[in-house]
Amino acid sequence: MLQLLTDPLHYEFIRNALAISVIIGILCPVVGSYLIVQRMALLGDVMAHCVLPGLSLSFFLGIDMMFGAFASGMLGSFLIAWIRSQSRVKVDAAMALTFSSFFALGIILITVLKNKLDLDSFLFGDILSVTGHDIIRTLIIAVIILVAVKAFYKELLFFTFDRTGAQALGLPVNLLHLAFMAAITLTIIASMQVVGVILVIALLIGPALTAYLLTTELHQMMGVGALFGIFSSLAGVYISYYNNLPSGPAIVLVSSSLFLLALFFSPSQGILTRPSSSGSPH
Amino acid sequence: MLEVHQLGVNYRGVKGLESVTFQVSPGQLVGVVGPNGAGKSTMLKALLGLVPVTSGQVHYCTCPLHQQLEKVAYVPQRSQIDWDYPITVQNVVMLARTRKLGWFRSPGRSTQERVKAALEKVGMWDLRDRRIGNLSGGQQQRVFLARALAQEAEIFLFDEPFTGVDAVTEEILFQVFDQLRRSGKILLISSHEWGHSLHQLDRMLLLNQRLIADGTPEQVMTQDNLKHAYGRAWMQSMHPDLGDNLFC
Repeated sequence: MLQLLTDPLHYEFIRNALAISVIIGILCPVVGSYLIVQRMALLGDVMAHCVLPGLSLSFFLGIDMMFGAFASGMLGSFLIAWIRSQSRVKVDAAMALTFSSFFALGIILITVLKNKLDLDSFLFGDILSVTGHDIIRTLIIAVIILVAVKAFYKELLFFTFDRTGAQALGLPVNLLHLAFMAAITLTIIASMQVVGVILVIALLIGPALTAYLLTTELHQMMGVGALFGIFSSLAGVYISYYNNLPSGPAIVLVSSSLFLLALFFSPSQGILTRPSSSGSPH
Repeated sequence: MLEVHQLGVNYRGVKGLESVTFQVSPGQLVGVVGPNGAGKSTMLKALLGLVPVTSGQVHYCTCPLHQQLEKVAYVPQRSQIDWDYPITVQNVVMLARTRKLGWFRSPGRSTQERVKAALEKVGMWDLRDRRIGNLSGGQQQRVFLARALAQEAEIFLFDEPFTGVDAVTEEILFQVFDQLRRSGKILLISSHEWGHSLHQLDRMLLLNQRLIADGTPEQVMTQDNLKHAYGRAWMQSMHPDLGDNLFC
Protein backbone atom coordinates (compact mmCIF):
# COMPACT_ATOMS: atom_id res chain seq x y z
CA MET A 1 0.00 0.00 0.00
CA LEU A 2 2.77 2.41 0.96
CA GLN A 3 4.52 1.47 -2.23
CA LEU A 4 1.49 2.62 -4.16
CA LEU A 5 2.10 6.07 -2.74
CA THR A 6 5.87 6.18 -3.02
CA ASP A 7 6.37 4.57 -6.43
CA PRO A 8 5.32 7.59 -8.50
CA LEU A 9 7.68 9.79 -6.46
CA HIS A 10 10.65 8.43 -8.40
CA TYR A 11 9.66 10.67 -11.27
CA GLU A 12 10.52 14.35 -11.01
CA PHE A 13 7.43 15.44 -12.98
CA ILE A 14 5.21 13.67 -10.46
CA ARG A 15 7.02 15.26 -7.52
CA ASN A 16 6.57 18.68 -9.17
CA ALA A 17 2.93 17.94 -9.91
CA LEU A 18 2.27 16.91 -6.30
CA ALA A 19 4.08 19.97 -4.91
CA ILE A 20 2.14 22.47 -7.01
CA SER A 21 -1.13 20.61 -6.31
CA VAL A 22 -0.65 20.97 -2.57
CA ILE A 23 0.03 24.71 -2.84
CA ILE A 24 -3.04 25.21 -5.03
CA GLY A 25 -5.06 22.88 -2.80
CA ILE A 26 -4.46 25.28 0.09
CA LEU A 27 -4.77 28.55 -1.80
CA CYS A 28 -7.94 27.93 -3.82
CA PRO A 29 -10.32 27.11 -0.92
CA VAL A 30 -9.16 30.16 1.07
CA VAL A 31 -9.91 32.55 -1.78
CA GLY A 32 -12.93 30.47 -2.83
CA SER A 33 -14.49 30.83 0.63
CA TYR A 34 -14.78 34.56 0.06
CA LEU A 35 -16.39 33.93 -3.33
CA ILE A 36 -18.97 31.58 -1.80
CA VAL A 37 -19.99 33.76 1.13
CA GLN A 38 -20.43 36.75 -1.17
CA ARG A 39 -22.56 34.67 -3.56
CA MET A 40 -20.05 35.40 -6.29
CA ALA A 41 -18.95 31.85 -7.05
CA LEU A 42 -19.26 32.35 -10.79
CA LEU A 43 -16.93 35.31 -10.64
CA GLY A 44 -14.10 32.79 -10.40
CA ASP A 45 -15.13 31.38 -13.75
CA VAL A 46 -15.49 34.85 -15.22
CA MET A 47 -12.03 35.96 -14.18
CA ALA A 48 -10.54 32.71 -15.43
CA HIS A 49 -11.82 33.41 -18.93
CA CYS A 50 -10.83 37.07 -18.78
CA VAL A 51 -7.11 36.31 -18.53
CA LEU A 52 -6.84 34.84 -22.05
CA PRO A 53 -6.24 38.05 -24.08
CA GLY A 54 -3.50 39.05 -21.65
CA LEU A 55 -1.89 35.64 -21.87
CA SER A 56 -1.84 35.82 -25.63
CA LEU A 57 -0.39 39.35 -25.67
CA SER A 58 2.34 38.55 -23.18
CA PHE A 59 3.32 35.52 -25.24
CA PHE A 60 3.55 37.77 -28.27
CA LEU A 61 5.57 40.42 -26.44
CA GLY A 62 7.79 37.82 -24.82
CA ILE A 63 7.09 38.91 -21.23
CA ASP A 64 6.14 36.67 -18.30
CA MET A 65 2.57 35.51 -18.94
CA MET A 66 1.65 36.38 -15.37
CA PHE A 67 1.75 40.14 -16.02
CA GLY A 68 -0.43 40.00 -19.09
CA ALA A 69 -2.89 37.61 -17.49
CA PHE A 70 -3.14 39.75 -14.37
CA ALA A 71 -3.69 42.99 -16.30
CA SER A 72 -6.29 41.35 -18.50
CA GLY A 73 -8.18 39.79 -15.56
CA MET A 74 -8.27 43.08 -13.67
CA LEU A 75 -9.43 44.92 -16.80
CA GLY A 76 -12.31 42.44 -17.04
CA SER A 77 -13.36 43.09 -13.45
CA PHE A 78 -13.20 46.88 -13.97
CA LEU A 79 -15.29 46.56 -17.09
CA ILE A 80 -17.98 44.60 -15.25
CA ALA A 81 -18.03 47.15 -12.43
CA TRP A 82 -18.17 50.01 -14.95
CA ILE A 83 -21.08 48.52 -16.92
CA ARG A 84 -22.98 48.01 -13.67
CA SER A 85 -22.39 51.52 -12.42
CA GLN A 86 -23.35 53.17 -15.72
CA SER A 87 -26.58 51.33 -16.46
CA ARG A 88 -29.36 49.19 -15.11
CA VAL A 89 -27.62 46.05 -16.35
CA LYS A 90 -27.44 43.44 -13.59
CA VAL A 91 -24.20 41.86 -12.55
CA ASP A 92 -24.83 38.36 -13.95
CA ALA A 93 -25.55 39.68 -17.42
CA ALA A 94 -22.58 42.07 -17.31
CA MET A 95 -20.34 39.18 -16.25
CA ALA A 96 -21.61 36.79 -18.92
CA LEU A 97 -21.08 39.31 -21.70
CA THR A 98 -17.67 40.46 -20.47
CA PHE A 99 -16.10 37.07 -19.95
CA SER A 100 -17.28 35.59 -23.22
CA SER A 101 -16.09 38.68 -25.10
CA PHE A 102 -12.68 38.53 -23.42
CA PHE A 103 -12.42 34.86 -24.23
CA ALA A 104 -13.33 35.52 -27.86
CA LEU A 105 -10.80 38.34 -28.03
CA GLY A 106 -8.16 36.03 -26.60
CA ILE A 107 -8.79 33.38 -29.24
CA ILE A 108 -8.72 35.97 -32.03
CA LEU A 109 -5.43 37.35 -30.65
CA ILE A 110 -3.88 33.88 -30.60
CA THR A 111 -4.72 33.49 -34.30
CA VAL A 112 -3.80 37.01 -35.39
CA LEU A 113 -0.54 37.13 -33.47
CA LYS A 114 0.24 33.60 -34.61
CA ASN A 115 1.72 32.76 -31.24
CA LYS A 116 2.41 29.29 -30.05
CA LEU A 117 0.27 29.51 -26.95
CA ASP A 118 -1.07 26.03 -26.39
CA LEU A 119 -4.79 26.65 -26.00
CA ASP A 120 -5.36 23.11 -24.77
CA SER A 121 -3.02 23.39 -21.81
CA PHE A 122 -4.54 26.77 -20.97
CA LEU A 123 -8.04 25.34 -21.03
CA PHE A 124 -7.42 22.04 -19.29
CA GLY A 125 -4.15 22.47 -17.42
CA ASP A 126 -0.85 20.73 -17.97
CA ILE A 127 0.28 19.61 -14.58
CA LEU A 128 2.92 17.19 -15.86
CA SER A 129 4.95 19.98 -17.46
CA VAL A 130 5.32 21.93 -14.20
CA THR A 131 8.89 23.10 -13.60
CA GLY A 132 10.73 24.17 -10.46
CA HIS A 133 10.32 27.77 -11.62
CA ASP A 134 6.55 27.32 -11.82
CA ILE A 135 6.46 25.91 -8.31
CA ILE A 136 8.38 28.85 -6.89
CA ARG A 137 6.16 31.36 -8.64
CA THR A 138 3.02 29.59 -7.40
CA LEU A 139 4.46 29.44 -3.89
CA ILE A 140 5.21 33.18 -3.88
CA ILE A 141 1.69 34.01 -5.06
CA ALA A 142 0.20 31.70 -2.42
CA VAL A 143 2.29 33.15 0.41
CA ILE A 144 1.45 36.74 -0.55
CA ILE A 145 -2.29 36.00 -0.68
CA LEU A 146 -2.38 33.94 2.53
CA VAL A 147 -0.42 36.59 4.46
CA ALA A 148 -2.77 39.28 3.14
CA VAL A 149 -5.84 37.25 4.14
CA LYS A 150 -4.41 36.84 7.65
CA ALA A 151 -3.45 40.53 7.93
CA PHE A 152 -6.79 41.89 6.70
CA TYR A 153 -8.97 39.11 8.08
CA LYS A 154 -11.29 41.24 10.23
CA GLU A 155 -11.72 43.89 7.53
CA LEU A 156 -12.45 41.25 4.89
CA LEU A 157 -14.87 39.48 7.24
CA PHE A 158 -16.81 42.71 7.75
CA PHE A 159 -16.68 43.59 4.06
CA THR A 160 -17.93 40.21 2.87
CA PHE A 161 -20.58 39.80 5.58
CA ASP A 162 -22.10 43.29 5.57
CA ARG A 163 -20.70 45.49 2.86
CA THR A 164 -23.01 48.42 3.57
CA GLY A 165 -22.19 48.25 7.27
CA ALA A 166 -18.48 48.19 6.52
CA GLN A 167 -18.84 51.18 4.26
CA ALA A 168 -20.93 52.96 6.90
CA LEU A 169 -18.12 52.49 9.39
CA GLY A 170 -15.72 54.12 6.94
CA LEU A 171 -13.78 51.04 5.86
CA PRO A 172 -12.22 51.45 2.39
CA VAL A 173 -14.62 49.04 0.68
CA ASN A 174 -13.54 49.89 -2.86
CA LEU A 175 -9.92 49.21 -2.00
CA LEU A 176 -10.88 45.91 -0.33
CA HIS A 177 -12.91 44.92 -3.38
CA LEU A 178 -9.98 45.74 -5.65
CA ALA A 179 -7.57 43.74 -3.51
CA PHE A 180 -10.01 40.85 -3.54
CA MET A 181 -10.26 40.93 -7.34
CA ALA A 182 -6.46 40.96 -7.54
CA ALA A 183 -6.32 37.94 -5.21
CA ILE A 184 -8.80 35.98 -7.36
CA THR A 185 -6.92 36.79 -10.55
CA LEU A 186 -3.58 35.78 -9.02
CA THR A 187 -5.09 32.57 -7.66
CA ILE A 188 -6.42 31.69 -11.11
CA ILE A 189 -3.04 32.38 -12.69
CA ALA A 190 -1.40 30.18 -10.10
CA SER A 191 -3.93 27.38 -10.67
CA MET A 192 -4.02 27.51 -14.44
CA GLN A 193 -1.28 24.94 -14.94
CA VAL A 194 -2.86 22.51 -12.52
CA VAL A 195 -6.47 22.34 -13.68
CA GLY A 196 -6.80 24.87 -16.51
CA VAL A 197 -9.20 27.81 -16.70
CA ILE A 198 -12.30 25.75 -17.39
CA LEU A 199 -11.95 23.70 -14.23
CA VAL A 200 -10.31 26.19 -11.86
CA ILE A 201 -13.75 27.21 -10.63
CA ALA A 202 -14.22 23.67 -9.28
CA LEU A 203 -11.12 23.90 -7.12
CA LEU A 204 -12.01 27.42 -5.95
CA ILE A 205 -15.51 26.38 -4.94
CA GLY A 206 -15.57 22.61 -4.33
CA PRO A 207 -13.42 22.10 -1.20
CA ALA A 208 -14.62 25.37 0.39
CA LEU A 209 -18.25 24.49 -0.26
CA THR A 210 -17.76 21.08 1.33
CA ALA A 211 -16.30 22.84 4.37
CA TYR A 212 -19.23 25.28 4.38
CA LEU A 213 -21.51 22.34 5.18
CA LEU A 214 -19.33 21.26 8.11
CA THR A 215 -18.26 24.45 9.89
CA THR A 216 -19.79 27.48 11.58
CA GLU A 217 -17.22 30.19 10.96
CA LEU A 218 -15.38 31.58 7.97
CA HIS A 219 -11.86 30.81 9.21
CA GLN A 220 -12.88 27.20 9.90
CA MET A 221 -14.37 27.00 6.44
CA MET A 222 -11.03 28.12 5.00
CA GLY A 223 -8.98 25.73 7.15
CA VAL A 224 -11.14 22.65 6.59
CA GLY A 225 -11.51 23.64 2.94
CA ALA A 226 -7.72 23.71 2.57
CA LEU A 227 -7.52 20.16 3.97
CA PHE A 228 -10.07 18.97 1.43
CA GLY A 229 -8.21 20.91 -1.25
CA ILE A 230 -4.92 19.20 -0.44
CA PHE A 231 -6.58 15.80 -0.31
CA SER A 232 -8.40 16.31 -3.63
CA SER A 233 -5.24 17.50 -5.37
CA LEU A 234 -3.06 14.65 -4.12
CA ALA A 235 -5.69 11.99 -4.72
CA GLY A 236 -6.38 13.39 -8.18
CA VAL A 237 -2.72 13.24 -9.21
CA TYR A 238 -2.36 9.63 -7.98
CA ILE A 239 -5.57 8.54 -9.66
CA SER A 240 -4.47 10.08 -12.92
CA TYR A 241 -1.05 8.40 -12.61
CA TYR A 242 -2.39 4.91 -12.04
CA ASN A 243 -5.36 5.03 -14.37
CA ASN A 244 -3.83 7.11 -17.10
CA LEU A 245 -6.49 9.78 -16.77
CA PRO A 246 -6.16 13.56 -17.19
CA SER A 247 -5.16 14.96 -13.80
CA GLY A 248 -7.22 18.20 -13.78
CA PRO A 249 -10.58 16.45 -14.17
CA ALA A 250 -9.47 13.74 -11.71
CA ILE A 251 -8.76 16.40 -9.04
CA VAL A 252 -12.09 18.07 -9.70
CA LEU A 253 -14.06 14.82 -9.46
CA VAL A 254 -12.42 13.89 -6.14
CA SER A 255 -13.32 17.32 -4.79
CA SER A 256 -16.92 17.03 -6.00
CA SER A 257 -17.24 13.55 -4.49
CA LEU A 258 -16.20 14.96 -1.12
CA PHE A 259 -18.92 17.58 -1.51
CA LEU A 260 -21.54 14.91 -2.19
CA LEU A 261 -20.44 13.00 0.91
CA ALA A 262 -20.80 16.14 3.03
CA LEU A 263 -24.13 16.97 1.44
CA PHE A 264 -25.51 13.62 2.56
CA PHE A 265 -23.61 13.02 5.79
CA SER A 266 -22.72 16.40 7.35
CA PRO A 267 -23.58 16.04 11.07
CA SER A 268 -25.52 19.30 11.25
CA GLN A 269 -26.73 19.82 7.68
CA GLY A 270 -26.47 16.44 5.90
CA ILE A 271 -29.55 15.30 4.02
CA LEU A 272 -29.45 11.89 5.76
CA THR A 273 -27.94 12.93 9.08
CA ARG A 274 -29.35 16.29 10.12
CA PRO A 275 -31.61 16.33 13.16
CA SER A 276 -35.08 16.02 11.68
CA SER A 277 -36.80 18.74 13.71
CA SER A 278 -34.11 21.37 13.36
CA GLY A 279 -33.31 23.42 10.33
CA SER A 280 -32.93 27.06 9.65
CA PRO A 281 -35.77 29.26 10.89
CA HIS A 282 -36.51 30.42 7.36
CA MET B 1 -25.85 68.64 17.01
CA LEU B 2 -26.53 66.81 13.76
CA GLU B 3 -27.26 69.28 10.98
CA VAL B 4 -28.70 68.18 7.65
CA HIS B 5 -28.93 70.92 5.05
CA GLN B 6 -30.78 70.61 1.72
CA LEU B 7 -29.88 66.94 1.31
CA GLY B 8 -30.76 65.63 -2.15
CA VAL B 9 -30.33 62.22 -3.77
CA ASN B 10 -30.80 61.55 -7.44
CA TYR B 11 -30.12 58.01 -8.52
CA ARG B 12 -29.89 57.30 -12.25
CA GLY B 13 -32.38 60.02 -12.97
CA VAL B 14 -34.83 58.94 -10.29
CA LYS B 15 -35.42 61.42 -7.49
CA GLY B 16 -34.77 59.70 -4.18
CA LEU B 17 -34.69 62.67 -1.88
CA GLU B 18 -35.24 66.35 -2.42
CA SER B 19 -33.85 69.18 -0.35
CA VAL B 20 -34.27 67.68 3.12
CA THR B 21 -33.26 69.99 5.96
CA PHE B 22 -33.42 69.32 9.72
CA GLN B 23 -31.35 69.35 12.89
CA VAL B 24 -31.22 66.88 15.76
CA SER B 25 -29.83 67.73 19.18
CA PRO B 26 -28.18 65.15 21.44
CA GLY B 27 -30.60 63.08 23.47
CA GLN B 28 -33.35 62.95 20.87
CA LEU B 29 -35.12 59.83 19.64
CA VAL B 30 -36.38 60.64 16.16
CA GLY B 31 -38.71 58.44 14.13
CA VAL B 32 -38.60 58.62 10.35
CA VAL B 33 -41.93 57.74 8.71
CA GLY B 34 -43.39 57.75 5.25
CA PRO B 35 -44.95 55.45 2.67
CA ASN B 36 -42.99 52.71 0.92
CA GLY B 37 -40.47 54.22 -1.44
CA ALA B 38 -40.60 57.57 0.34
CA GLY B 39 -36.84 57.57 0.77
CA LYS B 40 -36.54 56.63 4.46
CA SER B 41 -33.71 54.16 3.91
CA THR B 42 -32.20 56.38 1.26
CA MET B 43 -32.08 59.28 3.69
CA LEU B 44 -30.28 57.24 6.38
CA LYS B 45 -27.81 56.04 3.78
CA ALA B 46 -27.38 59.52 2.34
CA LEU B 47 -26.43 60.86 5.78
CA LEU B 48 -23.42 58.51 5.67
CA GLY B 49 -22.67 58.98 1.98
CA LEU B 50 -23.62 55.36 1.18
CA VAL B 51 -25.65 56.53 -1.82
CA PRO B 52 -24.50 59.23 -4.25
CA VAL B 53 -25.60 62.54 -2.74
CA THR B 54 -26.37 65.16 -5.39
CA SER B 55 -26.76 68.19 -3.14
CA GLY B 56 -26.59 69.38 0.42
CA GLN B 57 -24.38 68.83 3.44
CA VAL B 58 -24.46 66.78 6.62
CA HIS B 59 -22.54 68.13 9.60
CA TYR B 60 -22.01 66.83 13.10
CA CYS B 61 -20.43 69.16 15.67
CA THR B 62 -19.65 71.58 12.80
CA CYS B 63 -17.53 69.02 10.88
CA PRO B 64 -18.73 67.02 7.85
CA LEU B 65 -20.20 63.73 9.08
CA HIS B 66 -18.45 61.61 6.45
CA GLN B 67 -15.13 62.55 8.04
CA GLN B 68 -16.20 61.03 11.37
CA LEU B 69 -18.07 57.90 10.36
CA GLU B 70 -16.72 55.93 13.33
CA LYS B 71 -19.06 58.04 15.50
CA VAL B 72 -22.11 56.67 13.68
CA ALA B 73 -23.54 53.20 14.29
CA TYR B 74 -25.67 52.08 11.34
CA VAL B 75 -27.93 49.04 11.48
CA PRO B 76 -29.05 48.01 7.98
CA GLN B 77 -32.39 46.48 7.05
CA ARG B 78 -32.60 42.77 7.80
CA SER B 79 -33.01 41.96 4.13
CA GLN B 80 -29.56 43.36 3.33
CA ILE B 81 -27.80 40.66 5.32
CA ASP B 82 -27.06 37.10 4.21
CA TRP B 83 -28.12 35.21 7.34
CA ASP B 84 -26.48 32.00 6.10
CA TYR B 85 -23.03 33.59 6.36
CA PRO B 86 -20.72 31.40 8.47
CA ILE B 87 -20.23 33.70 11.46
CA THR B 88 -21.10 33.43 15.15
CA VAL B 89 -23.05 35.88 17.26
CA GLN B 90 -20.05 37.24 19.13
CA ASN B 91 -18.00 37.71 15.99
CA VAL B 92 -20.78 39.80 14.45
CA VAL B 93 -20.61 42.10 17.46
CA MET B 94 -16.81 42.10 17.31
CA LEU B 95 -17.02 43.66 13.83
CA ALA B 96 -18.07 46.92 15.44
CA ARG B 97 -14.57 47.31 16.85
CA THR B 98 -12.84 46.85 13.45
CA ARG B 99 -12.19 50.53 12.92
CA LYS B 100 -11.17 51.30 16.52
CA LEU B 101 -8.72 48.39 16.59
CA GLY B 102 -7.03 49.61 13.44
CA TRP B 103 -5.25 47.65 10.72
CA PHE B 104 -3.30 44.47 11.52
CA ARG B 105 -4.49 44.24 15.13
CA SER B 106 -6.59 41.43 16.54
CA PRO B 107 -9.14 41.98 19.30
CA GLY B 108 -7.75 41.86 22.84
CA ARG B 109 -9.36 41.60 26.26
CA SER B 110 -10.88 45.08 26.38
CA THR B 111 -12.62 44.43 23.05
CA GLN B 112 -13.98 41.15 24.35
CA GLU B 113 -15.28 42.89 27.48
CA ARG B 114 -17.14 45.42 25.35
CA VAL B 115 -18.61 42.67 23.19
CA LYS B 116 -19.75 40.81 26.28
CA ALA B 117 -21.34 43.90 27.83
CA ALA B 118 -23.20 44.67 24.60
CA LEU B 119 -24.49 41.10 24.23
CA GLU B 120 -25.60 40.97 27.86
CA LYS B 121 -27.54 44.19 27.43
CA VAL B 122 -29.67 42.64 24.68
CA GLY B 123 -29.93 39.25 26.37
CA MET B 124 -27.87 37.34 23.80
CA TRP B 125 -24.66 36.50 25.70
CA ASP B 126 -25.75 32.89 26.29
CA LEU B 127 -26.12 32.37 22.54
CA ARG B 128 -22.74 33.95 21.70
CA ASP B 129 -21.34 30.84 19.97
CA ARG B 130 -24.40 30.21 17.81
CA ARG B 131 -24.20 30.64 14.08
CA ILE B 132 -26.39 33.65 13.25
CA GLY B 133 -28.45 31.61 10.79
CA ASN B 134 -29.71 29.51 13.71
CA LEU B 135 -31.38 32.45 15.45
CA SER B 136 -34.91 33.84 15.13
CA GLY B 137 -35.47 37.13 13.35
CA GLY B 138 -35.83 39.00 16.63
CA GLN B 139 -32.63 37.48 18.02
CA GLN B 140 -30.78 38.44 14.86
CA GLN B 141 -31.97 42.02 15.21
CA ARG B 142 -30.76 42.05 18.84
CA VAL B 143 -27.31 40.88 17.72
CA PHE B 144 -27.13 43.85 15.36
CA LEU B 145 -28.33 46.11 18.17
CA ALA B 146 -25.44 44.76 20.26
CA ARG B 147 -23.07 45.46 17.40
CA ALA B 148 -24.24 49.08 17.33
CA LEU B 149 -23.77 49.34 21.11
CA ALA B 150 -20.26 47.86 20.99
CA GLN B 151 -19.22 50.56 18.56
CA GLU B 152 -19.71 53.20 21.30
CA ALA B 153 -21.05 55.64 18.75
CA GLU B 154 -22.68 59.04 19.26
CA ILE B 155 -25.24 58.80 16.48
CA PHE B 156 -27.37 55.69 15.90
CA LEU B 157 -29.20 55.01 12.64
CA PHE B 158 -31.62 52.07 12.52
CA ASP B 159 -33.26 51.08 9.24
CA GLU B 160 -36.60 49.32 9.82
CA PRO B 161 -35.50 47.61 13.07
CA PHE B 162 -39.00 46.35 13.96
CA THR B 163 -39.56 44.31 10.79
CA GLY B 164 -40.16 40.66 11.64
CA VAL B 165 -39.24 40.88 15.33
CA ASP B 166 -41.03 39.44 18.36
CA ALA B 167 -42.52 41.38 21.28
CA VAL B 168 -39.54 40.71 23.57
CA THR B 169 -37.13 42.12 21.04
CA GLU B 170 -39.29 45.17 20.45
CA GLU B 171 -39.29 45.83 24.18
CA ILE B 172 -35.51 45.45 24.38
CA LEU B 173 -35.07 47.74 21.39
CA PHE B 174 -37.08 50.49 23.05
CA GLN B 175 -35.32 49.95 26.38
CA VAL B 176 -31.94 50.41 24.73
CA PHE B 177 -33.16 53.37 22.66
CA ASP B 178 -34.29 55.01 25.88
CA GLN B 179 -30.95 54.39 27.62
CA LEU B 180 -29.06 55.80 24.65
CA ARG B 181 -31.29 58.86 24.56
CA ARG B 182 -30.69 59.47 28.28
CA SER B 183 -26.95 59.31 27.76
CA GLY B 184 -27.17 62.07 25.17
CA LYS B 185 -26.98 60.08 21.95
CA ILE B 186 -28.77 60.95 18.73
CA LEU B 187 -31.10 58.27 17.36
CA LEU B 188 -32.82 58.14 13.98
CA ILE B 189 -35.15 55.17 13.50
CA SER B 190 -36.93 54.51 10.23
CA SER B 191 -40.08 52.43 10.29
CA HIS B 192 -43.22 52.13 8.21
CA GLU B 193 -45.22 50.95 11.22
CA TRP B 194 -45.06 52.63 14.58
CA GLY B 195 -48.27 51.22 15.99
CA HIS B 196 -48.66 51.94 19.67
CA SER B 197 -45.07 53.01 20.24
CA LEU B 198 -45.45 56.52 18.84
CA HIS B 199 -45.42 58.00 22.32
CA GLN B 200 -41.84 56.78 22.81
CA LEU B 201 -40.60 59.22 20.20
CA ASP B 202 -39.40 62.74 20.95
CA ARG B 203 -39.87 63.74 17.39
CA MET B 204 -40.96 62.56 13.96
CA LEU B 205 -39.88 63.29 10.44
CA LEU B 206 -42.60 62.59 7.86
CA LEU B 207 -40.98 61.94 4.53
CA ASN B 208 -42.04 61.47 0.95
CA GLN B 209 -39.06 62.50 -1.13
CA ARG B 210 -39.39 65.88 0.61
CA LEU B 211 -39.65 66.50 4.32
CA ILE B 212 -43.40 66.96 4.77
CA ALA B 213 -43.57 67.50 8.51
CA ASP B 214 -41.18 67.71 11.43
CA GLY B 215 -42.26 67.89 15.05
CA THR B 216 -43.70 65.89 17.94
CA PRO B 217 -45.79 62.84 16.94
CA GLU B 218 -48.99 64.82 17.68
CA GLN B 219 -47.89 67.69 15.46
CA VAL B 220 -46.80 65.44 12.62
CA MET B 221 -49.57 62.83 12.52
CA THR B 222 -52.36 65.13 11.41
CA GLN B 223 -54.73 64.09 8.67
CA ASP B 224 -53.52 66.88 6.42
CA ASN B 225 -49.88 65.83 6.72
CA LEU B 226 -50.67 62.15 6.17
CA LYS B 227 -52.81 62.90 3.12
CA HIS B 228 -49.98 64.97 1.78
CA ALA B 229 -47.44 62.20 2.40
CA TYR B 230 -49.47 59.19 1.37
CA GLY B 231 -51.41 60.83 -1.44
CA ARG B 232 -55.08 61.00 -2.25
CA ALA B 233 -55.57 57.25 -2.15
CA TRP B 234 -54.40 57.23 1.42
CA MET B 235 -57.78 56.81 3.10
CA GLN B 236 -58.80 53.89 0.89
CA SER B 237 -55.48 52.12 0.64
CA MET B 238 -54.41 52.21 4.26
CA HIS B 239 -55.39 49.37 6.49
CA PRO B 240 -58.28 50.60 8.67
CA ASP B 241 -56.45 49.58 11.89
CA LEU B 242 -53.35 51.44 10.91
CA GLY B 243 -55.29 54.68 10.75
CA ASP B 244 -56.35 54.23 14.37
CA ASN B 245 -52.85 53.35 15.47
CA LEU B 246 -51.36 56.37 13.82
CA PHE B 247 -53.60 58.71 15.72
CA CYS B 248 -53.56 57.08 19.12
